[in-house]
Amino acid sequence: MYVAVKGGERAISAAHAWLDETRRGDPALPELTVAQIEQQMPLAVDRVMAEGSCHDRFLAALAIKQAKGDLIEAAFLLRAYRTTLPRFGVSDPLETDAMRIRRRISATYKDLPGGQVLGPTYDYTHRLLDFALAAEGAERAEAPQSEVPAGAVPRVTELLAREGLMQREEATDAEPGDLTREPLAFPAARPVRLQNLARGDEGFLLALGYSTQRGYGGNHPFVGEVRVGHVTVEFTPPELGFPIELGEIGITECQMVNQFKGSRTEPPQFTRGYGLTFGHGERRAMSMALVDRALRATELGEDVTAPAQDHEFVLYHSDNIEATGFVEHLKLPHYVDFQSELENLRTIRAALAREAMQEAAE
Amino acid sequence: MAVLARASGEEIAALMPKLPAHERLRAPETGLVMVRGRAGGDGNAFNLGEMTVTRCAVRLGETVGHAYVAGRDKRQAELAAVLDAALQDPARRDALMASVIAPLETRQNAAREADARRAAATKVEFLAMQTTR
Repeated sequence: MYVAVKGGERAISAAHAWLDETRRGDPALPELTVAQIEQQMPLAVDRVMAEGSCHDRFLAALAIKQAKGDLIEAAFLLRAYRTTLPRFGVSDPLETDAMRIRRRISATYKDLPGGQVLGPTYDYTHRLLDFALAAEGAERAEAPQSEVPAGAVPRVTELLAREGLMQREEATDAEPGDLTREPLAFPAARPVRLQNLARGDEGFLLALGYSTQRGYGGNHPFVGEVRVGHVTVEFTPPELGFPIELGEIGITECQMVNQFKGSRTEPPQFTRGYGLTFGHGERRAMSMALVDRALRATELGEDVTAPAQDHEFVLYHSDNIEATGFVEHLKLPHYVDFQSELENLRTIRAALAREAMQEAAE
Repeated sequence: MAVLARASGEEIAALMPKLPAHERLRAPETGLVMVRGRAGGDGNAFNLGEMTVTRCAVRLGETVGHAYVAGRDKRQAELAAVLDAALQDPARRDALMASVIAPLETRQNAAREADARRAAATKVEFLAMQTTR
């Protein structure tokens, strides 16, 4: 219970002025521009777009600047901004097999059509602090280029599906549920689960994915494929009636290949866990794929024994904006609530003291 | 339109300094399009998240031009809508394709090509290790 109280306006406005000053830091140093954040902190921008559930690099960079680098606060700002915009419609589903690939790796096949393309990765770096980066204006070597090999880059899951060893995904024209329009209901259908995970907190998804690896609902995952690159977004405006290209966006996709014992109706085969996210977010896409597969336990006839397999536990707690709202609301005045607790405790303690006195007297 | 959707308003304006007189049917407006993916890449559709999109509709003489472009560049949306209308006119089409669309497309293709070439340079060539017994 909250009570309307007045006062604090002056304190609040002074606090906000100081916030502005601390955001700026030492005025002797040049101020960060939004374009610098957008260009030089691209992975932070990508995470804010994913968790803010809104693809706009400039707005995400602006949010990071405003939030002083607090990425959950930045995602919150972006989510709030998106509610001010009208929705023109929904895109055609992305064709990720037609991705313009920057990176594509598979842990299941060494030699596969399209090959292993490392792209701009931190993998194989030594994780030693590079003091050369502390020097400004240092010359950087240009990334080498080479002849682009011809040939398609098919999905690893498709290679397995063609052999009948990978379960085909159900593909219907069903209209997916939309969490921005309807609240969660259980049991949640897979499209709704994927939307929830796609904007879920990366740390939460990572921890849950990790828990499945450590035995809490394990599903023996292999990275069938991770691909990072650009896809064209197509949209059919109602006034035109045919699809047009809106432009390109960067995305990361992960296909996790998992064992499946089979059931009465299906032979033993591999099943998929799927991860998809805006921008370059491999940890995020992989974690999402692990959790997606864990959440499919019931429909695949597996026992639900672990947190990552529990729809309500996962889907109700994945959203860091909802979570931060509820955790941080504890800072709001709870004066009356607390007074009643205090009163209660004092009454109980007084009664106990009286009883003790009586016992001693007897 | 695909080329115009990938170019900035500034880039288009530089190639089209004289904007033909047109009437705004719908002033440039920014909104959202929900981007969809598919479960497993090829299964049922799901809502991935939204993206900002700017739209505009103009009338150029008798022709109506529409544009929907990713992002919030209002100038880009209006120029794309004007060009959409102008390109429907056979009398102007060839000239505009040569002076505006072709140079933008060349630039975009070069950027994509460079990206593809950088990716190709990171493709792994496996070498069999000598096994020792």
